[in-house]
Amino acid sequence: MGMKKDYDDIPGTIVFDADRGREGYHLNQFCISLRLQKNRDVFNANEEAYLDKYPMTAEQRQTVLDRDWNRLLEIGGNIYYTSKLAANDGINFQQLAGLMTGMGNEAYRKMMVEGGRSPEGARYLDEWDEKEQN
Amino acid sequence: MARITAGVGCSHVPAIGVAMDTGHTEDDYWKPCFAGFEKSREWMKKANPDVVFLVYNDHCTAFDASCIPTFALGCAAEFKPADEGWGPRPVPVVKNHQKMASHVAQSLILDEFDLTIMNEMEVDHGLTVPLSVMYGQHGIEDEWPAQVIPLAVNVVQYPAPTGNRCYNLGKAIRRAIESYDEDLNVVIFGTGGMSHQLQYKRAGLINKEWDIAFLDRLTSDPVGLSQMPHVEYLREAGSEGVEMVMWHIMRGALDEDVTEVHRHYHVPASNTAVGHIILENTTS
Repeated sequence: MGMKKDYDDIPGTIVFDADRGREGYHLNQFCISLRLQKNRDVFNANEEAYLDKYPMTAEQRQTVLDRDWNRLLEIGGNIYYTSKLAANDGINFQQLAGLMTGMGNEAYRKMMVEGGRSPEGARYLDEWDEKEQN
Repeated sequence: MARITAGVGCSHVPAIGVAMDTGHTEDDYWKPCFAGFEKSREWMKKANPDVVFLVYNDHCTAFDASCIPTFALGCAAEFKPADEGWGPRPVPVVKNHQKMASHVAQSLILDEFDLTIMNEMEVDHGLTVPLSVMYGQHGIEDEWPAQVIPLAVNVVQYPAPTGNRCYNLGKAIRRAIESYDEDLNVVIFGTGGMSHQLQYKRAGLINKEWDIAFLDRLTSDPVGLSQMPHVEYLREAGSEGVEMVMWHIMRGALDEDVTEVHRHYHVPASNTAVGHIILENTTS
């Protein structure tokens, strides 16, 4: 029996807890290695060969290659780690949020300048309407 | 005897550091964010602490997933600004008050807070951005006006330490500092927050009402505020809003009655609500 998680009913949110830390360990260690330029150079020269050094799952590996940012979080990635892969690709935090929310950079930036996403309708799964949010 | 005279709560958004390092603080986007720190810099000059005890979180820089200490105290002689993927920030090396840090480490462990001791550590934007906003821009050749004791708190992998634990750690830090036998003025920083969510489909969440209430209660009801469960931070202030537990460490190190001398709140800095408060002890 796992622990009951009182945060599972928060919509649009992946809480990076100890279970996800376990599942995502090698994926996250790969991502953080890209903090250093010398590693980015090796990765960018041959992504597949670089990924061979990290014993992540086949799905995690493919999701890295696909740059499916939301899926990376669903399978154990943490945003502070996946953002290093994004940075390698020239994508900053705000642009990454534009991708993860499906809003695109301009609409997301505009929302932030106008005060951010309202918590109204965004606290519980049963009140969350994804289309309405974007 | 060393004494804690004041506490500072302050966001540590990396984009704030980038804006300062690249000369964009006067842009329309950034101007209102930085305007709220003008008074803070004057206050820092007057307060002139010998030591800043700086509570922050590392962002997978000093600690990757291989080692995740809940509380890690910087005991090295100095801490270099780290390369977080776009080169180290062009700011001074952070110099520790190493004797006080080792005294605090020993005192806290005997006070039953089982810290990790860091004798080698680089520091990231979580530590250097609050120094930059409070002291203004300082270049690589320059020095920070105070020595800095860093305390890194895990808020990246859930669960972060509870607000209650943090508040009580703040009290223990005060006991440690007040038992240090040298007449030094210490200001404690609690950093991070305020409401923000960087990840997944709900990214961009900002809860101004909640943030303002947090700032209000930080002054008036610190004990009650420290009892807030993690799920409320996650739900109301966003998944990364749980960083706010670090402010309880700062608050716990102050008197129960404090004077709020300054406050600033601004949305947005990149994905984040910027919050800032200065609280002075009434007894010291």
